Amino acid sequence: MKIALDFGELAPYAGVFARGLWLTVQLAAVASVLGVALGVLGALARGAAHPLLRLAAGAYVELVRNTPFLVQLFFVFFGLPAFGVKLSAEFAAFLALTLNLGAYATEIVRAGLESVSRGQRMAAASLGLRPAQVFAHVVLKPAFASIWPGLASQLVLIMLGSAVVSQIAAEDLSYAANFVQSRNFRAFESYIAATLLYLALAVAMRQALVALGRRLFAWKAAGR
Amino acid sequence: MIRILCAALAATLVFTQSARADALADIKKAGLVRVAVPQDFPPFGSVGKDMRPQGYDIDTAAMVGKALGVKVEIIPVDSGNRIPYLQTRKVDLVISSLGKNPEREKVIDFSAAYAPFFSGAFAPADLKIATVADLAGKAVGVTRGALEDIELTKIAPASADIKRFENNNATISAYLAGQVQVLVSGNVVAAAIAERGGPRKPEAKFVIKESPCYIGLNKGEPALLAWLNEFIARAKKSGELNAVSVKWLHAPLPAGF
Repeated sequence: MKIALDFGELAPYAGVFARGLWLTVQLAAVASVLGVALGVLGALARGAAHPLLRLAAGAYVELVRNTPFLVQLFFVFFGLPAFGVKLSAEFAAFLALTLNLGAYATEIVRAGLESVSRGQRMAAASLGLRPAQVFAHVVLKPAFASIWPGLASQLVLIMLGSAVVSQIAAEDLSYAANFVQSRNFRAFESYIAATLLYLALAVAMRQALVALGRRLFAWKAAGR
Repeated sequence: MIRILCAALAATLVFTQSARADALADIKKAGLVRVAVPQDFPPFGSVGKDMRPQGYDIDTAAMVGKALGVKVEIIPVDSGNRIPYLQTRKVDLVISSLGKNPEREKVIDFSAAYAPFFSGAFAPADLKIATVADLAGKAVGVTRGALEDIELTKIAPASADIKRFENNNATISAYLAGQVQVLVSGNVVAAAIAERGGPRKPEAKFVIKESPCYIGLNKGEPALLAWLNEFIARAKKSGELNAVSVKWLHAPLPAGF
């Protein structure tokens, strides 16, 4: 079987790839920010005093982490309309991706929060800091500093996992590759192009997160 | 370790590039013909209650195997991957309600027609749609890569929101869930949905294309192509193909088909 690659056949579809890449970038950005915020709330809920809150957060985490993302996505897009909630493909993608990241982020952030010793919290309180200040500066920030590499990996994983949203016709990068392949039958070239774009995006995302971590948590790099 | 990996990779590349003499001869020698069929497109191909594939295309594949005197391996595919499967020789033939168009003709060959078919726009009775212009501003569901996708993309108004799903099941689910207002698909798909009953019964609004089905095979296989065309002519003459049409489409083959 002879394979003659012809990347020139992709040129007319550059716009399709660009638009798909843009949606993937948007999905990664929005899901990362909202998902991590959800993770912080979830981590707090899991350690909360109220048992109902702990139960709800625990159920959410276990449900999302133990089911495939594709199934969660299909539930949001195909299943919710049966309950009268009809979401567009893009909104369903954002929502499902955020909820998915939120569960994983909850566990990652929880590990970070638990790694901050009680002695540190008590020391901050004894210095007269208000509880909110203690939490923001003495608990959350050091927690994030220690979980940052793991969290960055999870964010990149979620970005790569967003490829699944092409299944509900959300026009992301994978959808673009599938679409172009269905028009010019250049499967090899289309998927190589998509692979390279995902790779570039993943590397760029990781570099950005590492740089952000160095800026936010400068004291960590300087040595414990 | 790296050297072993390189040697293994080189070996696999050498073996996959070995010359392919003649698909028809290969099939007869192997005693096996691999056929791609649909699994999500009744009555051409679907999964019966006993979880076995059934349909017009599966029956046709069985007839091909019997005429060749070989075993048939049924490989389920969908509209998106059936041509790549043929191109990469994962299958010998595509009997999957495959329509013909110039882009496809560039990469694969087609036999004579073996099944009748038309694609059109379908929507519930209360949605007034008479022509393609009425699709403006509406969400339209279609299966990516299918002929109706390519035709629709050409003729639909710019403001129509075309949602392309990976396979027929997803497209049908989207229509039934109301995520798309109009379903663009084959007449038989709409008939199957209507037969099942339930809300959003699809009504034919307009025909997009009369498009009979052909058997797909790789280019450069004149012996296989000639054999297939002969087989189809024989099956039409003997009434075998007509029986398949009556069984699955509830109608005999059109006159002059």
